[in-house]
Amino acid sequence: MTAVRQQVLVLYLGTSALDAEVVGWSVYDGTGLTSPTTGDSDEPPYRTGVDALRDGWRLFQAAQLIPPYPGHEYDTSFLKHEFLFEKLVTTTEG
Amino acid sequence: MARFVAHGALRMDAVVPKDMNAEAFGVLAAGIPAVPYGVPVAEAYPEGSFPRRILGLPEVAGALRSLVGPDPTVDHHFVHVREPRGGSAQPLHGDAIIDVRPDAFDVQLMYYPQDVTPEMGGTLSVPGSHLRRINETDIGRYQNLRGQSRLVCPAGTVVLLHHGIWHGGRRNDSDVVRYMFKIRLNPTVRQRLLWDTADLHDPGVAEELQRTFPWYEPATARLETYNRIMLWRALTGDDSFDLEYWATRVANRPGRSAV
Repeated sequence: MTAVRQQVLVLYLGTSALDAEVVGWSVYDGTGLTSPTTGDSDEPPYRTGVDALRDGWRLFQAAQLIPPYPGHEYDTSFLKHEFLFEKLVTTTEG
Repeated sequence: MARFVAHGALRMDAVVPKDMNAEAFGVLAAGIPAVPYGVPVAEAYPEGSFPRRILGLPEVAGALRSLVGPDPTVDHHFVHVREPRGGSAQPLHGDAIIDVRPDAFDVQLMYYPQDVTPEMGGTLSVPGSHLRRINETDIGRYQNLRGQSRLVCPAGTVVLLHHGIWHGGRRNDSDVVRYMFKIRLNPTVRQRLLWDTADLHDPGVAEELQRTFPWYEPATARLETYNRIMLWRALTGDDSFDLEYWATRVANRPGRSAV
């Protein structure tokens, strides 16, 4: 029996452009075949966001561009340019 | 100091002698009793105790004197034990709660009594993350950042971290128990010009303060520089200090009338 499971790739890019370079990344695997975790790699899976598209990842969310709150223009916090991709994988259950 | 302001960390390899490292296994495995928050070092750790001797090593004492000044208090300490082939990685986090003091910082001392190999899952830390305003594990979604540090070090290494640094214990994929002893220290004096300032105006200072890291978004990297300028002003008392005119330009609001 087969089932469809989602793999999620999160890429953090250097600018809001999808073809900007990757500065951070995370992977979550709904198939259960792999267990990616914190600090498991020093090399990004792709050089840019577009490179992930070319490898079959489907973009399903991109971070909004939100202006800084007045008075907090120089604050730094979370990574700003977050892009979430998915792949749907057919797995064999049981 | 400029390097610490940029990186948020100071690493000192193998500064603890071998005999103390050997002794550490028994001491850390037995556990070190908790101490009340905010007590002086001498009260928290009696003369001759293991933590007191770590803090008294010349390299360690000197670095702490430069960063937090004389007579810091002990915030708390903790013995971290990562079991072999067990558990999971900690999510990336900043310790305690969001802490945005612009002119003061705590130091977290991390001591590694054994050689730490890549498989042992040494502490993950993110250079230059300490001035970002985040709260604890809210950054747990970030698994890897370009230029991150996955600690591999010789026995006896001590790392001093700014309280804001993003970090986490990595999964231990080896067959060896990994130990780390952490002490958080609070300053009790204003952190101004506490270090050897003979080279305060050396060009290398500005060079260090403008260092960027591979995980910075280019636009935010400029704000990191701005925030380091502000911290350097606080640490030196020099309100005119600037780098590449970043802070001066955006503060220029002339009051003189031309007509």
